[in-house]
Amino acid sequence: METKKIIEAQNICKSFYEPTEIKVLNEVNLTINNGEFVSIIGKSGCGKSTLLYILSTMDTSYTGNLSIDGVSMKDKKDAELALVRNEKIGFVFQFHYLLNEFNNINNVMLPGLKLNKKNKAEVEHDASEKMKILGIQNEALKMPNQLSSGQKQRVAIARALINSPLIIMGDEPTGNLDKKNSDIVFATFKELAEVYNQSLLIVTHDNDFAKNTHRIIEMEDGRIKV
Amino acid sequence: MNIRLITSISISLLKARLKQTMVAAFGVTFSITMFIGLLSFMAGLNELLDNLILSRTPHIRLYNEVLPSKIQPINMGTEFSNSYNFIQNIKPKADILSIKNSQAIINYLRKDVDVIGVAPKLVVPIFYNLGNISLTGVINGIDVDAENKLFAFRDYTTTGTTEKLKNTPNSIILGIGVAKKMLVQLNDNIQITSITGNQYPLKVVGFFQSGMEELDKVQSFTSLATTQKLLNKPNSYITDIQLKLYDINKAPNIAKNYKKLFATEAIDIQTANAQFETGSSVRTLISYAVGITLLIVAGFGIYNILNMMIYEKMDSIAILKATGFSGKDVKTVFILIALTIGILGGLLGLLFGFGLSAIISTIPFSTASLPKVKTYPVSNNPMFYVTGAIFSLITTYMAGYFPSKKASKIDPVDIIRGK
Repeated sequence: METKKIIEAQNICKSFYEPTEIKVLNEVNLTINNGEFVSIIGKSGCGKSTLLYILSTMDTSYTGNLSIDGVSMKDKKDAELALVRNEKIGFVFQFHYLLNEFNNINNVMLPGLKLNKKNKAEVEHDASEKMKILGIQNEALKMPNQLSSGQKQRVAIARALINSPLIIMGDEPTGNLDKKNSDIVFATFKELAEVYNQSLLIVTHDNDFAKNTHRIIEMEDGRIKV
Repeated sequence: MNIRLITSISISLLKARLKQTMVAAFGVTFSITMFIGLLSFMAGLNELLDNLILSRTPHIRLYNEVLPSKIQPINMGTEFSNSYNFIQNIKPKADILSIKNSQAIINYLRKDVDVIGVAPKLVVPIFYNLGNISLTGVINGIDVDAENKLFAFRDYTTTGTTEKLKNTPNSIILGIGVAKKMLVQLNDNIQITSITGNQYPLKVVGFFQSGMEELDKVQSFTSLATTQKLLNKPNSYITDIQLKLYDINKAPNIAKNYKKLFATEAIDIQTANAQFETGSSVRTLISYAVGITLLIVAGFGIYNILNMMIYEKMDSIAILKATGFSGKDVKTVFILIALTIGILGGLLGLLFGFGLSAIISTIPFSTASLPKVKTYPVSNNPMFYVTGAIFSLITTYMAGYFPSKKASKIDPVDIIRGK
């Protein structure tokens, strides 16, 4: 299978200016290929989350160049970046961020409806497929607050998958979970990567988690440790 | 933008905060209700007061003033056209008050497309004889049908009928003030004296109450023919021609034209009653100011609830933005919430406003000077409802705009990383 560069970051630099100037990222170069399961590890404050948010297009205050799917993200407007996130990137955060006003399947459907490439019935079908993959099909009509935290996180993963994104990004997705639920979430990621050839980029401080991924990127003081 | 999706998000957020939403909507309802009630009531009062004078005032009145002729015979002679002429002790002519060639003028005016109707009138000062006392007064000789049609003469005739005045020769409708002074009953005969000294018996067929006491103490009405008989004048003798126009705003210009055309004085309603216009517009202004103040207060209510909602829903906004909703989408979500509150509250307000003005219009209100008015006057002008609806939309939009803008500017990274 040919390898395709999904994310290509060149010379990414970022500084915080409050309260004093601190260089968080220093000339970071990074490439992620299609189908890779990559983890970023490092001590807290090393800039790994900052890097993730830059790669996710949510953080736009940086220098250097970022290409997603071969398209440069520099000089794109807010609405255009939103579209890129909608179509090409799926997110899983430490916290599930489900909307309490919607039931689980509607939460999963939300980004799909936003993309508006399929009609509602098709999106609903996709959503229940993804939920089946993650073993939460029985929770579809419940509200998020009726689920356990592990289940919530899996709903969030299903939501990340709904538009069949190029890559799933995770910021400590197991950080809030106990051992058992972490293992389930990790197994889910592993299955996605191996069975469905899904690319994943996960920031974590859990070395056990990282060990089982295809590639580990270790960061230290704003640089990638070689 | 997928408006259906955005709408469903707005509705879900609304439902999650139903109680506060309803309080905010009720604020709009209350203010629109008061706005409509206040304006309807104020406009009703305005109309009442205006009608007191304006409905009985001709839009244009043609008359002659007691003035010496401006062109004296000597000015017409060509042999003196280059000279200065000095004439002393000029006096006006006795018959100068009557409008010359009145029948022709009336016929001409009846054909004018701007004119609703023409009512000729003959106004003469007289004395009411009460034993050896004489009360000064004024008799208006009127065309009863025209007065009824144009000036609602019938409405102010509280006792008796105007038809009797038309059909009974030598009959009079007395001002209520005069009647009280003279202790006259219906169908009594009274004596009057004209300024030329003729005594004349007249039969009382009704009483007239204008709402202005001073007026009711002097003026009475007879048919045109009776007044002419009283003065020993022919039936073309009249002193006023009163006009009503389709468009009251044309009155000043038309008056100017007629003044030239008929060589009489002509006064329009605007000039004659300038102070009424001012009073009405000030009252309207005050009611609008109060109404809009209420709406702005309601707007702050909506502003508050939205701000609170946005503060509470920070996480939801962040995840919406992270998963591909643009700032504009988020803004639309909250503006829709504001507009929903505004529209629901506003519609209810219009309904309640209608109810409120209906209630006001049943409250008894009687005053001696306004015989026809039994309850508080209310004007149900559809414009108030349109204005109320538009204002409620504008204020709720404004109240929603600023919080929505804030929501659209929320940086998802700040929220998500802040956890």
